[in-house]
Amino acid sequence: MILLEKKILDQMVADALDGYPLEACGLLGGSVDGQGTVRIDSCYPTFNVAASARLYEVDPSGLLRADRAAEEAGTELVGVYHSHTHTEGRPSPTDVIQAPDPEWHYVLVSLRDVHPSVRSWRIRDGKTKEEPVVLQW
Amino acid sequence: MPVDVRLPTILRAAAGGQATVEAEGATVGEVFDDLIRQHPGLRDQLLTTDGELHRHLNIYLNDDDIRYLGKLDAKVDVHDTVTLMPAVAGG
Repeated sequence: MILLEKKILDQMVADALDGYPLEACGLLGGSVDGQGTVRIDSCYPTFNVAASARLYEVDPSGLLRADRAAEEAGTELVGVYHSHTHTEGRPSPTDVIQAPDPEWHYVLVSLRDVHPSVRSWRIRDGKTKEEPVVLQW
Repeated sequence: MPVDVRLPTILRAAAGGQATVEAEGATVGEVFDDLIRQHPGLRDQLLTTDGELHRHLNIYLNDDDIRYLGKLDAKVDVHDTVTLMPAVAGG
């Protein structure tokens, strides 16, 4: 389960719409409590150096900046978000193969339908598992 | 003098759970050699079997990507920080 501040959801959706028709991407900062629940309280949009409607690649310098910003905020990077412009918010085979960290949370913003959808996944050992997203207002 | 090497979460298990470790060397390659001496489990996650950098790993010397500083030959100095980050990509 992830706890997601409403403003972070708004930022991810806005970034996805701004990036359309290309995929948008960015990092997520937050903290994990003793029960393993992650609270996401920061969003770091990054340049998609793949500049593609089907692929994303986080700009390495943006990744470094996000990592430092999260550390300065007393948190850490806990996941990544990206958009799917024409398909549902489910990890693609490429997402699964290239998932960089089994401890991370993988948030998908789908622009397939009229209303964008936001879903979160764990990706471990080539397997995906959706997790609840609980909005914090 | 050792330099600080910051590890991403995925590499920390191979380094005793530490987020930052110290390693010695005059170049990034020598720092990696020392790092691998201390934590042999990191070897295959840092370098290919040919001793080259993995494509899926980004390595920064302070603010700069070492691909633009001579890769493993990049010179390091006291107070420098080497930061390792996974490449983040998908489809």
